[in-house]
Amino acid sequence: MTNDEIKTFIENAIKENRVMLFMKGTPQQPACGFSLRASGALNALGVQYAALDILPDPRIREELSGVSGWPTIPQLFVDGELVGGSDIVMEMFESGELAGLLGVEQPELEGEAEAEPEQPVQQRPIGLENRLN
Amino acid sequence: MPSAEELRERIEQALPGADVSVTDTTGGGDHFRAEVVSDRFEGLTRIQQHKLIYDVFGDEVGGAIHALSIKTEPPSPAGDGR
Repeated sequence: MTNDEIKTFIENAIKENRVMLFMKGTPQQPACGFSLRASGALNALGVQYAALDILPDPRIREELSGVSGWPTIPQLFVDGELVGGSDIVMEMFESGELAGLLGVEQPELEGEAEAEPEQPVQQRPIGLENRLN
Repeated sequence: MPSAEELRERIEQALPGADVSVTDTTGGGDHFRAEVVSDRFEGLTRIQQHKLIYDVFGDEVGGAIHALSIKTEPPSPAGDGR
Protein backbone atom coordinates (compact mmCIF):
# COMPACT_ATOMS: atom_id res chain seq x y z
CA MET A 1 0.00 0.00 0.00
CA THR A 2 1.40 3.39 -0.91
CA ASN A 3 1.27 6.41 1.39
CA ASP A 4 -1.38 7.96 -0.84
CA GLU A 5 -3.53 4.84 -0.55
CA ILE A 6 -3.20 4.91 3.23
CA LYS A 7 -4.18 8.57 3.25
CA THR A 8 -7.23 7.86 1.07
CA PHE A 9 -8.18 4.97 3.34
CA ILE A 10 -8.00 7.25 6.39
CA GLU A 11 -10.02 9.98 4.70
CA ASN A 12 -12.68 7.49 3.69
CA ALA A 13 -12.79 5.98 7.18
CA ILE A 14 -13.43 9.46 8.63
CA LYS A 15 -16.09 10.14 6.02
CA GLU A 16 -17.88 6.80 6.20
CA ASN A 17 -17.96 6.29 9.97
CA ARG A 18 -19.93 8.80 11.96
CA VAL A 19 -17.86 8.04 15.05
CA MET A 20 -14.30 7.14 14.10
CA LEU A 21 -11.55 6.53 16.63
CA PHE A 22 -7.90 6.21 15.66
CA MET A 23 -6.04 4.55 18.52
CA LYS A 24 -3.07 2.50 19.61
CA GLY A 25 -4.33 -1.07 19.86
CA THR A 26 -7.99 -2.00 19.70
CA PRO A 27 -11.03 -1.26 21.90
CA GLN A 28 -10.64 -4.84 23.18
CA GLN A 29 -6.90 -4.46 23.75
CA PRO A 30 -5.83 -0.83 23.97
CA ALA A 31 -2.05 -0.50 23.77
CA CYS A 32 -1.79 2.87 25.52
CA GLY A 33 -3.51 4.47 28.51
CA PHE A 34 -4.65 7.45 26.46
CA SER A 35 -6.27 5.23 23.85
CA LEU A 36 -7.84 3.19 26.66
CA ARG A 37 -9.48 6.31 28.08
CA ALA A 38 -10.86 7.46 24.74
CA SER A 39 -12.29 4.07 23.77
CA GLY A 40 -13.49 3.59 27.36
CA ALA A 41 -15.49 6.81 27.16
CA LEU A 42 -17.17 5.68 23.95
CA ASN A 43 -17.84 2.24 25.45
CA ALA A 44 -19.38 3.84 28.53
CA LEU A 45 -21.68 5.90 26.33
CA GLY A 46 -22.70 2.76 24.47
CA VAL A 47 -22.27 4.30 21.03
CA GLN A 48 -21.38 2.47 17.88
CA TYR A 49 -17.98 3.46 16.63
CA ALA A 50 -15.31 2.32 14.27
CA ALA A 51 -11.76 2.04 15.52
CA LEU A 52 -8.49 1.76 13.67
CA ASP A 53 -5.25 0.61 15.24
CA ILE A 54 -2.46 2.89 14.03
CA LEU A 55 0.36 0.68 15.31
CA PRO A 56 0.75 -1.87 12.48
CA ASP A 57 2.49 0.65 10.20
CA PRO A 58 4.13 3.98 11.19
CA ARG A 59 2.82 5.53 7.99
CA ILE A 60 -0.76 5.33 9.31
CA ARG A 61 0.07 7.79 12.05
CA GLU A 62 2.06 10.03 9.71
CA GLU A 63 -0.73 10.22 7.16
CA LEU A 64 -3.40 10.63 9.85
CA SER A 65 -1.58 13.57 11.43
CA GLY A 66 -1.18 15.05 7.96
CA VAL A 67 -4.94 14.81 7.41
CA SER A 68 -5.95 16.06 10.85
CA GLY A 69 -3.13 18.44 11.78
CA TRP A 70 -3.15 16.77 15.19
CA PRO A 71 0.12 15.26 16.43
CA THR A 72 -0.94 12.68 18.99
CA ILE A 73 -2.97 9.48 19.29
CA PRO A 74 -5.85 8.83 19.96
CA GLN A 75 -7.89 11.03 17.66
CA LEU A 76 -11.67 11.01 17.69
CA PHE A 77 -13.70 12.17 14.70
CA VAL A 78 -17.46 12.69 14.77
CA ASP A 79 -19.37 13.56 11.60
CA GLY A 80 -16.09 13.99 9.77
CA GLU A 81 -14.73 16.56 12.24
CA LEU A 82 -11.83 16.13 14.62
CA VAL A 83 -13.21 16.29 18.16
CA GLY A 84 -9.88 15.88 19.90
CA GLY A 85 -7.39 13.64 21.62
CA SER A 86 -7.80 11.87 24.95
CA ASP A 87 -7.72 15.05 27.09
CA ILE A 88 -10.52 16.74 25.15
CA VAL A 89 -12.51 13.51 24.85
CA MET A 90 -12.33 12.96 28.62
CA GLU A 91 -13.22 16.58 29.42
CA MET A 92 -16.20 16.33 27.11
CA PHE A 93 -17.17 12.93 28.49
CA GLU A 94 -17.11 14.15 32.06
CA SER A 95 -19.04 17.32 31.28
CA GLY A 96 -21.70 15.47 29.28
CA GLU A 97 -20.80 17.33 26.09
CA LEU A 98 -19.68 14.15 24.37
CA ALA A 99 -23.00 12.44 25.12
CA GLY A 100 -24.74 15.51 23.72
CA LEU A 101 -22.62 15.52 20.60
CA LEU A 102 -23.30 11.83 20.02
CA GLY A 103 -26.99 12.08 20.88
CA VAL A 104 -26.94 9.57 23.74
CA GLU A 105 -27.79 9.68 27.44
CA GLN A 106 -24.99 10.54 29.83
CA PRO A 107 -24.45 7.42 31.99
CA GLU A 108 -25.11 7.74 35.71
CA LEU A 109 -21.67 6.67 36.80
CA GLU A 110 -19.20 9.49 36.52
CA GLY A 111 -15.53 9.12 35.80
CA GLU A 112 -15.80 5.37 35.46
CA ALA A 113 -15.12 5.26 31.75
CA GLU A 114 -12.27 2.81 32.12
CA ALA A 115 -14.31 0.32 34.11
CA GLU A 116 -16.41 -1.04 31.26
CA PRO A 117 -14.24 -3.19 29.05
CA GLU A 118 -16.82 -5.94 28.70
CA GLN A 119 -18.82 -4.06 26.12
CA PRO A 120 -16.83 -3.75 22.92
CA VAL A 121 -19.03 -1.88 20.51
CA GLN A 122 -16.58 -1.53 17.68
CA GLN A 123 -18.75 -1.14 14.65
CA ARG A 124 -16.70 -3.31 12.35
CA PRO A 125 -13.08 -4.10 11.74
CA ILE A 126 -11.80 -1.76 9.09
CA GLY A 127 -9.12 -4.14 7.96
CA LEU A 128 -6.37 -1.76 6.91
CA GLU A 129 -3.88 -4.13 8.53
CA ASN A 130 -4.60 -6.78 5.95
CA ARG A 131 -3.90 -4.49 3.06
CA LEU A 132 -0.55 -3.02 3.99
CA ASN A 133 1.74 -5.54 2.30
CA MET B 1 15.79 15.13 27.78
CA PRO B 2 13.33 17.96 28.40
CA SER B 3 12.36 18.99 31.92
CA ALA B 4 9.00 20.20 33.16
CA GLU B 5 10.64 23.56 33.88
CA GLU B 6 11.92 23.83 30.31
CA LEU B 7 8.49 23.01 28.89
CA ARG B 8 6.90 25.62 31.15
CA GLU B 9 9.35 28.30 30.02
CA ARG B 10 8.79 27.52 26.37
CA ILE B 11 5.01 27.71 26.70
CA GLU B 12 5.33 31.01 28.56
CA GLN B 13 7.57 32.40 25.83
CA ALA B 14 5.08 31.36 23.14
CA LEU B 15 2.06 32.67 25.07
CA PRO B 16 3.23 35.77 26.95
CA GLY B 17 1.25 36.41 30.10
CA ALA B 18 -0.05 32.85 30.30
CA ASP B 19 -0.40 31.09 33.63
CA VAL B 20 1.43 27.80 33.02
CA SER B 21 2.07 24.77 35.17
CA VAL B 22 3.83 21.67 33.87
CA THR B 23 4.33 18.44 35.74
CA ASP B 24 6.42 15.42 34.83
CA THR B 25 3.75 12.82 35.44
CA THR B 26 6.03 9.78 35.63
CA GLY B 27 9.29 11.37 36.71
CA GLY B 28 10.89 9.93 33.60
CA GLY B 29 11.24 13.14 31.62
CA ASP B 30 8.99 12.06 28.79
CA HIS B 31 5.37 12.15 30.04
CA PHE B 32 4.11 15.62 30.89
CA ARG B 33 0.92 17.35 31.89
CA ALA B 34 0.55 21.03 31.02
CA GLU B 35 -2.18 23.25 32.45
CA VAL B 36 -2.36 26.61 30.78
CA VAL B 37 -4.57 29.64 31.34
CA SER B 38 -4.17 32.31 28.66
CA ASP B 39 -6.26 35.06 27.14
CA ARG B 40 -5.03 33.78 23.77
CA PHE B 41 -7.59 30.98 24.16
CA GLU B 42 -10.56 33.36 24.15
CA GLY B 43 -12.95 32.46 21.36
CA LEU B 44 -10.98 29.38 20.27
CA THR B 45 -12.27 25.81 20.21
CA ARG B 46 -10.56 23.27 22.47
CA ILE B 47 -8.89 21.82 19.38
CA GLN B 48 -7.44 25.21 18.49
CA GLN B 49 -6.36 25.83 22.09
CA HIS B 50 -4.54 22.52 22.34
CA LYS B 51 -2.93 23.03 18.95
CA LEU B 52 -1.40 26.28 20.19
CA ILE B 53 0.39 24.23 22.85
CA TYR B 54 1.36 21.38 20.52
CA ASP B 55 2.76 23.93 18.07
CA VAL B 56 5.26 25.08 20.69
CA PHE B 57 6.93 21.67 20.59
CA GLY B 58 6.39 20.52 17.00
CA ASP B 59 7.88 17.12 16.26
CA GLU B 60 9.13 16.74 19.83
CA VAL B 61 5.62 15.61 20.78
CA GLY B 62 5.70 11.92 20.01
CA GLY B 63 9.50 12.03 20.01
CA ALA B 64 11.47 13.21 23.05
CA ILE B 65 8.19 14.21 24.65
CA HIS B 66 6.44 10.87 24.49
CA ALA B 67 3.17 12.15 25.87
CA LEU B 68 1.86 15.62 26.58
CA SER B 69 -1.46 15.86 28.35
CA ILE B 70 -3.00 19.32 28.04
CA LYS B 71 -5.66 21.31 29.85
CA THR B 72 -6.34 24.78 28.53
CA GLU B 73 -8.63 27.54 29.76
CA PRO B 74 -9.24 31.18 29.05
CA PRO B 75 -8.70 33.39 32.13
CA SER B 76 -12.39 33.72 33.01
CA PRO B 77 -14.24 30.63 31.83
CA ALA B 78 -17.63 31.32 30.34
CA GLY B 79 -20.29 30.62 32.92
CA ASP B 80 -21.49 27.36 31.50
CA GLY B 81 -21.75 25.61 34.81
CA ARG B 82 -18.55 23.59 34.67
